[in-house]
Amino acid sequence: MADLNLEGSPKTPTIEFNSGSGYLLIRGRSIPENSIEFYKSLIEALEGYNNEPQSNTKVDIQLEYFNTSSSKCILDVFKKLEAINSGNSEVVINWYYEEDDEDMLEAGEDYQAIINVPFKMIEVEEE
Amino acid sequence: MENIHDFYNKMEKGNIMLSFKGEVTSDLLTSILQIMESKMETLEEPPKIKKKVYNILVECLQNLYHHLDDDDFKTRVNEKSALFMIRKLDGEYSIMTGNFIASENVEMMQGRLDRINDMDKDQLKVYYKEVLNNGEMSAKGGGGLGMIDIARKSGKKLEYNFDRIDEEYSFFSLNIKVAQ
Repeated sequence: MADLNLEGSPKTPTIEFNSGSGYLLIRGRSIPENSIEFYKSLIEALEGYNNEPQSNTKVDIQLEYFNTSSSKCILDVFKKLEAINSGNSEVVINWYYEEDDEDMLEAGEDYQAIINVPFKMIEVEEE
Repeated sequence: MENIHDFYNKMEKGNIMLSFKGEVTSDLLTSILQIMESKMETLEEPPKIKKKVYNILVECLQNLYHHLDDDDFKTRVNEKSALFMIRKLDGEYSIMTGNFIASENVEMMQGRLDRINDMDKDQLKVYYKEVLNNGEMSAKGGGGLGMIDIARKSGKKLEYNFDRIDEEYSFFSLNIKVAQ
């Protein structure tokens, strides 16, 4: 099964996906000009994972910034997780936001309203 | 040589922090974001303002970038050029952009901008979710969310203008103010 280990760059986030432990991390900035191309490998990895998922899948989203073209791709990622959650794995999405970053909290709530997966909103201190 | 001094004074008087005229490329976009991030760091802007300004900058610059990138937009050399300015006046940030668009698209764009400007905060949130969830993704990934997101983050009405140049082209000016 395809695991992922993408190192972050000024425009793209760190992505770690471990199918053996059922863990996905997206951290940093997601502002590429071509988001579809960037997220393609993760979408494919999640599709593969759905064939043989762990009983629990944990997702940490620690985004500092994301552009609107990424927001569509992140929704696609969450839709894959929704499919995994309605199958054989219990998925939890932890959405991290810095204190006072209402925009990031709201963005998490927007996804929470659309996606049928338990979300946890986790406030962290500013760096 | 007085002209340079005039330019300087105009920019100084207008409180322009950064301005650029030309073709917006991916590298340029990266550089502008880096410059603005370090400027706001130096000015010790509150994280909330820094994030809002940064987010709006990303969307504006990528709008310009993708617009110029459009294959079906028959551009003459000059029309590839865009104007981009950031101003800080009395503590309030403004992000100003100007670019050429096809005159036939003016009505459609004006309709979209007016629709966004007619909405309050909650209506924008609903509209954003609707377009995010149902909207078709364009090949570039934009899918019409950019302007809604800019309006949400700015917290102010979008100021815009269209100057008709001729049958074919118009100049689109946009001024986004960032609420304190």
